[in-house]
Amino acid sequence: MATNAADDTAQAASAVTASVTTATSARGGTSVSLRNLSRTFGATRALDGMSLDIAPGELVALLGPSGCGKTTALRIVAGFETADTGELLIDGRDVSGVPASKRDMGMVFQSYSLFPNMNALDNVGFGLRMRKANAVTRRQRAGELLEMVGLAAQAKQFPHQLSGGQQQRVALARALAIEPRVLLLDEPLSALDAKVRLQLREQIRNLQQRLGTTTLFVTHDQEEALSMADRVGVMRGGKLEQVAAPDELYSRPATAFVAEFVGTMNRLPGELVDSGTVAVLGTMVPVQDGAPASGQVDVLVRPEGLTVVQAADGNGIVSNRTFLGATSRLTVLLSGDTEVQVDVPSTTAAAMVPGTAVQVALPPAPVLVASRNE
Amino acid sequence: MVALTKAINSNREDPDRKRANARKRFPVWRWVILLIAGVYFLLPLWAALRFAGIRAFGTVFVQPGFWPAIWLSTRLAIMTTLITLALMVPTAVYVHLRVPAMRRLLESITILPIVIPPVVLAVGVLQVSPGSLKATPWLLGLVYVVLAMPFAYRAIDAGLRALDLKTLTEASSSLGAGWSTTLWRVLLPNLRTALLSSTVLIVALVLGEFTIASLDLYVTFPVWIVQFDQLNANMSVAASIFALVLTWLFLMLIVTFGTRQSRRTGGGAVTLFTVARAETKGN
Amino acid sequence: MTQTEEVETTLGPVTGPRVARARSAGRSMAKLVGVVPFAVYVALGLIIPMIVVAIDAFRNPNTGAFTFTNVNIATHGVYATGIRESLILSVLASVIPGIFGALIAYAIFTAKRGAFLRQVVITASGVFANFGGVPLAFLFIASFGSSALVTGWLNDLGFNIYNAGFSLYTLSGVTLVYMYFQIPLMVLVILPALEGLRPAWREAAENLGARTWQYWRYVGGPVLMPSFLGCVLLLFGSALSAYATAEALTAGTIPLTSIQIASFLNGNVIAGQQNVGKALGLGMVVIIAIVMVFYVLLQRRAAKWLR
Repeated sequence: MATNAADDTAQAASAVTASVTTATSARGGTSVSLRNLSRTFGATRALDGMSLDIAPGELVALLGPSGCGKTTALRIVAGFETADTGELLIDGRDVSGVPASKRDMGMVFQSYSLFPNMNALDNVGFGLRMRKANAVTRRQRAGELLEMVGLAAQAKQFPHQLSGGQQQRVALARALAIEPRVLLLDEPLSALDAKVRLQLREQIRNLQQRLGTTTLFVTHDQEEALSMADRVGVMRGGKLEQVAAPDELYSRPATAFVAEFVGTMNRLPGELVDSGTVAVLGTMVPVQDGAPASGQVDVLVRPEGLTVVQAADGNGIVSNRTFLGATSRLTVLLSGDTEVQVDVPSTTAAAMVPGTAVQVALPPAPVLVASRNE
Repeated sequence: MVALTKAINSNREDPDRKRANARKRFPVWRWVILLIAGVYFLLPLWAALRFAGIRAFGTVFVQPGFWPAIWLSTRLAIMTTLITLALMVPTAVYVHLRVPAMRRLLESITILPIVIPPVVLAVGVLQVSPGSLKATPWLLGLVYVVLAMPFAYRAIDAGLRALDLKTLTEASSSLGAGWSTTLWRVLLPNLRTALLSSTVLIVALVLGEFTIASLDLYVTFPVWIVQFDQLNANMSVAASIFALVLTWLFLMLIVTFGTRQSRRTGGGAVTLFTVARAETKGN
Repeated sequence: MTQTEEVETTLGPVTGPRVARARSAGRSMAKLVGVVPFAVYVALGLIIPMIVVAIDAFRNPNTGAFTFTNVNIATHGVYATGIRESLILSVLASVIPGIFGALIAYAIFTAKRGAFLRQVVITASGVFANFGGVPLAFLFIASFGSSALVTGWLNDLGFNIYNAGFSLYTLSGVTLVYMYFQIPLMVLVILPALEGLRPAWREAAENLGARTWQYWRYVGGPVLMPSFLGCVLLLFGSALSAYATAEALTAGTIPLTSIQIASFLNGNVIAGQQNVGKALGLGMVVIIAIVMVFYVLLQRRAAKWLR
């Protein structure tokens, strides 16, 4: 009962914050704040104290393996799940108590979410019908949106007559028709063919930027996340391991998990000489920020971060060569049973057939270091 | 101070929110419906029990004709199940694989037994079957196969549709297995839930079928109960309830056992009419 | 491969297209081999008995000549009443349990944590759907009969149902008893349709601003309607065919077609009218066949949407 008074003042405080943030968002776009969200399903902790701030107009991707909690987080924002603890702020106001139907968000589901008994036009106009728009307005606006996603000709077709890619475009149009404050996408491209996926990726990103809608995008495909998002949040076990712009995620991963989940990462055994230097591959290399205390470590290097030259007395033998176009990826077996992948221009790789003895080296740039068991 | 309280509040688990969550998952009206249904179905049972008296149950088993009748019904259930499955599974597999165009036709044919009232079928069968067959209860078993077809086919068809039949059989034959080996070792184990559902339905059907049995003058368990009614009402009621409970127990056993088996191999729960996919709570 | 080559060489050169056509015709005939056992069984156990009934419906039992008399008798008088009563009963005993069954199925289906509950109800439905005849009749006589338990309770509460015109042996009473196996049947046949209702639709509708009743009005209802109607039709067929329960309850007080047909088997026939029962049977089959055609059409429509 004592908490009631505290709640009142808390509400007053949040009202002040709200008015400030509303002023900010009046510039355009809605801000979304996830504060310390937790959710447990039976014995599993799906979300463990997750916090994330999404700026107005930003597209944030939640990336991670299945079971990491990204979909749970999205569904909490949408209102289909309620967090056990924590709060969800939209434009500074806590919407945890607001039902999903009143949150004014547009959601695109993974697949088959179009209402099968309505044609594309009626599907897109559904949200407007719920908002009591009249038939003329609905038809007009739905038509505009179908035009925007390039499906004006399919307006009268039913979902079972449309391809997967077309269905998802209609679903996107449907979500945008209501001019939502936030756009939520739950792995919308996972069920589609590779080619269609690429086309849709571009389309979604372009639309989102044009409209300036704050967007939260969930995916397990890192290429998708990196190519589309302003910022990417990598999740594991219900927690956010890092939230950063794609290039920072790639070049300065905060943890070994992020380093290996995003792109390819080599692990080389090394030994820390001191907190700033590590001995690896026979050379001393500076360590990038955040090294564990001491001892045996794994040095994390990207394939393009290693150099390789032919050398009869080298430290490794090429075991595989994959042609990727301008570059080729060599798999080199080093002494000590370590295997590394090295990217070289294909012209150089031409001579390095499997079996060639080579010397793999690290340039003296700072490297990431992780403890041996991470 | 305010910020601190707010922070504390957000960290502590909100019991109200948990309760609201729970309520959203199973609202009141569902309980109301199930309650009304429960009353409707259980009340007559209880009333009949009161009427018959618990003591009547004990004496059911020693009544003349009880065991022969049960034995006959059991034999018929086994016979019908075996024949139906032996007939329907290969046919369904064959049609799915070789002549998929016939699937519609097959489906329509299997609906026929539902269309033809048992009474009418009894009339026709009695007319057509040879006297020698009529003398044995096996005629009844053969007729029951026809009655069981629709349900068995629906279950098997659902099970087959859940498999990638073509790939499985091609893989099996590429590894050197013949037709019968493929059927026995590859397909049947994967159809376990469908087979169980079918068995469940067939057994329930046979143990409850009265019309054709009585018209064809066989003393199966349901028929025996009726005959007995003439002599001793209490006993008859007790026997009816016994039949009900027995069938139910039997079905629960099959379903639970089957579900446990199929869960081990990654399948879903055994349900009647369809094969349900196990629900995964994931991200 | 090698076998056919050998044949070709020993027979000498043969005209291409004719052989090809014959061979492909042979191949498609051969394809049907696997269906033969089933076809034979269906023919013997189902088709032939039915044809016999259908033919006999138009035959004079004494002379064997073709006649419409049987059909005539079957569509007039007491038999016509029987048909009418049976149809009314079947409508009542399909629509009412249809609605209840759908509600129960929905109640157990959407319970996420209620897997055990679902299992129990489904198994119970399997059992009760096949429960009928004298045992069932007895159950209800013991509870709703004129001197029975529930009647007594209702009397104590002030509702004398018998004074109000209720009786187990009228159409409404029989309907009440029929519901005991019709409701479980409905639960069983509508569950697959419910499983076809994707949760994504519900969530998408909610996300776009729809409240529960709006979801049902615009999406859930329309999508389920073909299946629901189809299942009600199935129940209609089931009620029309029902014999044992009707026999046990009414024993002739209400004219019902299925009972009348059975009486022909028992030999309670007026001389010369032996084949009238077959005509009645044929009529029943025709009615149900029409109903089933609609059922199949509705299921096709449902399948298109509930993929």
